[in-house]
Amino acid sequence: MSAQQVLFDAPGPRARRIILIGNIIGVLIVLAIVAWIISALADKGQFAGSMWAPFLESRTWEFFILPGLLNTLKAAGISIVTSVLFGLVFGVGRLSHSAPIRWVAGVVVEFLRAVPVLLMMIFFWLALGSSGSVKPQDAPLIAVVVALTLYNGSVIAELVRSGVHGLPKGQREAGMAIGLTRNQSLRNVEVPQALIAMLPALISQFVVILKDSALGFIITYPELLQYTRRLGVGEGNVIPSLFVAAAIFIIINFALSTLATRLSVLLSFRTKAKPAAKGSIVMDAAST
Amino acid sequence: MENYLSLFETYNVPAAFWVNIQLSFWAAIIALVIGTVLALFRISPIASLQWFGAAYVNIFRNTPLTIILAFGFLGLFSVMQISLAADLNVSLFRIAIVGLALYHAAFVCEAIRSGVNTVPLGQAEAARAIGLSFLPAARLIILPQAFRGAIAPLGNVLIALIKNSTVAAAGSVAAESSSLMKTMIEFRSDLVIPIFLTFALGFVVLVIPIGLLTTWASRKLAVAR
Repeated sequence: MSAQQVLFDAPGPRARRIILIGNIIGVLIVLAIVAWIISALADKGQFAGSMWAPFLESRTWEFFILPGLLNTLKAAGISIVTSVLFGLVFGVGRLSHSAPIRWVAGVVVEFLRAVPVLLMMIFFWLALGSSGSVKPQDAPLIAVVVALTLYNGSVIAELVRSGVHGLPKGQREAGMAIGLTRNQSLRNVEVPQALIAMLPALISQFVVILKDSALGFIITYPELLQYTRRLGVGEGNVIPSLFVAAAIFIIINFALSTLATRLSVLLSFRTKAKPAAKGSIVMDAAST
Repeated sequence: MENYLSLFETYNVPAAFWVNIQLSFWAAIIALVIGTVLALFRISPIASLQWFGAAYVNIFRNTPLTIILAFGFLGLFSVMQISLAADLNVSLFRIAIVGLALYHAAFVCEAIRSGVNTVPLGQAEAARAIGLSFLPAARLIILPQAFRGAIAPLGNVLIALIKNSTVAAAGSVAAESSSLMKTMIEFRSDLVIPIFLTFALGFVVLVIPIGLLTTWASRKLAVAR
């Protein structure tokens, strides 16, 4: 049952008329906003053919967009792998029954979650650049990956922890009953189940990693935004270039988000967590 | 140690944090208003508004904030020559607020919708049963409970907003803290780590109380069911 049938009665003739009028007004307002934006852009000549023509040429894609996208995907891909590793180590650390390990992991995770990613990125970029321990041209990529790993790894550590806490108590008790130690039970029984339960949240975090890789723009990492800005400055079409870059991000992220939603529905029968609470008003909460 | 303390005489660190706080404050208010309206759109009976709300959320939530704020500077300010104040820096500051607000409005909308999710079905049915139509039911029954259920996610959005205000560097707001940290490290590369820790701790001090406060408030104000 959809949300809309719960919040209000099945519309009668009068309500249907009001809804129709509302729909017309809504469409008009949306169209007015879109028309206003388009006319403002057109006033500045942003819809002239020459502005968009570069995107029909293969060299634009070959020398600007694809290399940029490749660098974005490279930074995001490496960060995804390292974040998951970091998250598993610190997530298990926070669940450890040895108090010092739990305490250290807790402080590290809470600290890294509270510090803006951009600050970490700038710090590693300048620190690596001045230390001379890496080649100067590698410093931006390493800074992007390390900063994304520390932040998103901490978020994933929290996901692991809440995933394990969300498991039925019987899982650990069963592990203990067959003679596993607490650590063995954690590693072999609880964390693997928690990983499945947290898969949708994990994929949503991958979207965050991909979006935040664009922060590399600020520290001169040649990712998609950097390349499209160069393209825009070169061709004099900054606004169309940024629109194309945004569209590419939206398409990839939307695909990942849709995958996360599908998975949360598919996996809901295996896990205690349901995609939406039963009997709530908005049933399609995950379909955003 | 003296070296370190002399930094604070040369650079005004609190002023940079104050810029971030101001950015966050205004962006939070605008985002809360837009986000609430979007959430109302998404639960309203009017299909075009539902569609608009969903489209807005999907577009802004999936675009990197860096692109939005860079667009504010490269697109709106440089190409379109939109100016929100006579002074150049104030104008860039306001454009960055608009960018931050538009981006976080999508997350506010989803936070409020998750709050609506905590309201049991029976509340909406009861509201209908006593003859309330959509807007009165939303205003009197659903939203007050939804906001109380949405405090924790809204707090998370606020924390993200404060941290994301550093991205205003992409919109050429030069006075904010990540830009100042960059300048300070460039001039005093011997003090890289103390400078970073100063700024990092500044954000920890800003963010952790908000997290504790919203957790406390969400428990205190939770609707007992």
